[in-house]
Amino acid sequence: MNLLEVKGITMQFGGLKAVANFNLNIDKNEIVGLIGPNGAGKTTCFNVIAGEYVPTQGKVFFEGRDITKSRPDQITKLGIARTFQNIRLFKDLTVLENVLIANHLNLQSNIFSATFRLPWYQKEEKIMYERSLQLLDQLKLTQYKNEKASSLPYGLQRRLEIARALATQPKLLLLDEPAAGMNPQESKELMYLIQELRDKFDLTIFMIEHHMPVIMGVCQRILVLDYGVTIAEGTPKEIQSNERVIAAYLGVEHIA
Amino acid sequence: MKRKIITSLIIIGIVIVILILLQNTLGNFKLRILNLAGIYVIFAVSMNLINGFTGQLALGHAGFIAVGAYTYTLLVMDSDLKSMNFFLEPIVPFLSSVHWPFLPAVIMGGLLAGLAGLLIGAPVLRLRGDYLAIATLGFGEIIRTVFTNTQSITNGSLGLKAIPMPKSFLFIEMKNAFTWWVWTAVIITVIFHFLLVSSSYGRALKAIREDEKAAEAMGVNIFKHKVWAMVISSFFAGIGGALLASLMTTIDPLMFRFTLTFNILLIVVLGGMGSISGSVISAVVVTILMEWLRFLDQGFMGLPEIPGLRMVVFSTLLLLVVLFYPRGLMGNEELSWNKITKMFQRFHMQPREVRK
Repeated sequence: MNLLEVKGITMQFGGLKAVANFNLNIDKNEIVGLIGPNGAGKTTCFNVIAGEYVPTQGKVFFEGRDITKSRPDQITKLGIARTFQNIRLFKDLTVLENVLIANHLNLQSNIFSATFRLPWYQKEEKIMYERSLQLLDQLKLTQYKNEKASSLPYGLQRRLEIARALATQPKLLLLDEPAAGMNPQESKELMYLIQELRDKFDLTIFMIEHHMPVIMGVCQRILVLDYGVTIAEGTPKEIQSNERVIAAYLGVEHIA
Repeated sequence: MKRKIITSLIIIGIVIVILILLQNTLGNFKLRILNLAGIYVIFAVSMNLINGFTGQLALGHAGFIAVGAYTYTLLVMDSDLKSMNFFLEPIVPFLSSVHWPFLPAVIMGGLLAGLAGLLIGAPVLRLRGDYLAIATLGFGEIIRTVFTNTQSITNGSLGLKAIPMPKSFLFIEMKNAFTWWVWTAVIITVIFHFLLVSSSYGRALKAIREDEKAAEAMGVNIFKHKVWAMVISSFFAGIGGALLASLMTTIDPLMFRFTLTFNILLIVVLGGMGSISGSVISAVVVTILMEWLRFLDQGFMGLPEIPGLRMVVFSTLLLLVVLFYPRGLMGNEELSWNKITKMFQRFHMQPREVRK
């Protein structure tokens, strides 16, 4: 059984078909990439999978369960975590708090046992702290744990977003342009980080990326979207030589 | 953790000592202002939970206060008082004979206000920003209008008079029992909110304030958390309302117009959205100023009597704060010894720190 199964998704905003009949199967521990020119509907696909949008047509299955109409927080609870294209950290909170919040979904104690610090809540809180600190350590963010998230440099903010997503204990991680705005050195590090995370956390990764070296270097399989339509699917090699993909990116020569 | 408990115990101790001193030295009028200040602390802190910490601009506070005040009043009055008040139209039979002691009546006032918060919050909290503000403002006014028109339950616009004040505190009869009740409620309210916002649920509320979409993507059930914040906020508003009714000894629907909400909002904004200690300080200062500045209304330095002149001071204050301290007195941080010592250090050591 596939971990994620997307069946014929169509997302229509008024007269605009952002995504048309999008199909996708992701197996466990795969790293799959999604590329396409600007406005091709990549982020819309993500938003449908993450529950932000309910698709006009089609269904999304996660571990065999229909999640098409589930709310984003329910989907996160089931094990799909995401990062955002334009970083959306909790800016005014500290790095540690950012990660702690992502632990909140596993909290069993209710609001009153939390407020009155009952023993079972304190136990949970302690575990939450330990897990968060461990995660910050793994992503080399420990020294910034008491800084405000907005005060981190850009590259670290991206990394914190990944840390925060990991704190929800996902099975599938959706990365929306993780290398955006990074220099070649940083994006190289990111490549290693992504592979490392996959192995360490037993993850499956589905990522959008514009940075070709990253996506070609990391992904086992790539999908190409153009104007909402899937125009190609295959290994990095196949995609690189696919004519339709080249046409979509570079345009077609018209001979008049 | 242990250090925190000790410091909070010390602070509570200081508050109690100050209260004992004030009670023995202050006259009746000033003691009344002290009580009012306490009640405003409860209002401001509870409003800060939904507005400052959760970031939802909800303006229905006056309505919840009204629910608390009326519930308390109707429960605590004995049947003689009720028949005296309801001379135009008799009170509904099932309320005429209820006669509860002080504490249960106050708590019931809070509970019913919390219920009102749930009933209003559940549909309305799906809205955001200005729309939420307008909807909650509207519901607050609706509560007031309903109270004006249910003659046989609330005595309508005639209001309720001669509300009894408690004469004993925890079964001990004393002169200023009411002050003790008010400030006990203040301490409980402040501690409760401190604990709540520093718990995991508090962090989730702050996450909603910072970025709703991201909070949802991190698995926070936004709607549930917002409703909880609203219910708790209106519960404490109801408690405050009950105490207000007891302090004023007379209530009528006009007391609970939306201007009351805006007075509290003024306190919250001045103190800092998202700072409990800011709300406490600003509630006390504003309440005292409101009374102290009354001389402005009565004509001074040859000026004629201009009622409402003192409100100009508050408008100016608000303008200045918004211009120079856009995040209020405390921003969204809490008062702590560290900060106080740092502040003094800054005054002493450096001529001026370069702002980053």
